[in-house]
Amino acid sequence: MAFAPRPPGSGGPRKQFVRRKKVCKFCVEKIDYIDYKESRLLSQFVPERGKILPRRISGVCAPHQRKLMDAIKKARNIALLPFTAD
Amino acid sequence: MKTYEVMFIVVPNAADEEIDRIIGQMEAVVKGAQGEVVSVEKIGKKRLAYRIGKFDEGYYVLFNVQATGEVVKEFERRLKVADSVLRYITVRVDQALKRVEKIKAARLKKLRKKSAGSQPEATASAI
Repeated sequence: MAFAPRPPGSGGPRKQFVRRKKVCKFCVEKIDYIDYKESRLLSQFVPERGKILPRRISGVCAPHQRKLMDAIKKARNIALLPFTAD
Repeated sequence: MKTYEVMFIVVPNAADEEIDRIIGQMEAVVKGAQGEVVSVEKIGKKRLAYRIGKFDEGYYVLFNVQATGEVVKEFERRLKVADSVLRYITVRVDQALKRVEKIKAARLKKLRKKSAGSQPEATASAI
């Protein structure tokens, strides 16, 4: 009887996460063409380590993530963004 | 004819004349083959994200040309041969820009439909 399932709502203090809805920056700001030359814009999606920020964290929509990926890779080739950080 | 963007990096210790010489040479390559140089932009000295050879900085130059693939091939060959050019990248932009135009037109149309006659100033601000 100790293993009886707890009724919902009882039990220890459970943290309530209020997850903010993530929105695609490119959709919101209506950036259609993601330019590889705008390293400042792109660097928002490249954290310290130099990797591309995944969609699940940044909230960018799939079509834009694809374009973003292309742009970042081009920018890396011309030394605007790092391949790795050491 | 296609539109290309060619960006290249010249060594940071190159003299201004040297940079101008390279740019002039490249313009000649395009013009000599019935291409058109839409714009040339000297972006200037910038820090590189990583070292190339023994350089931490580079002088960026951006070309916007309208030409055929053959011309771009020759253009790239010249850049490869030039000792003072560290790196180059060519991107074809006409297709992407065309798509962007389409998206923009569609958005405008949608907006017009939405606020047909009621708030004409809203359409202008939301583009």
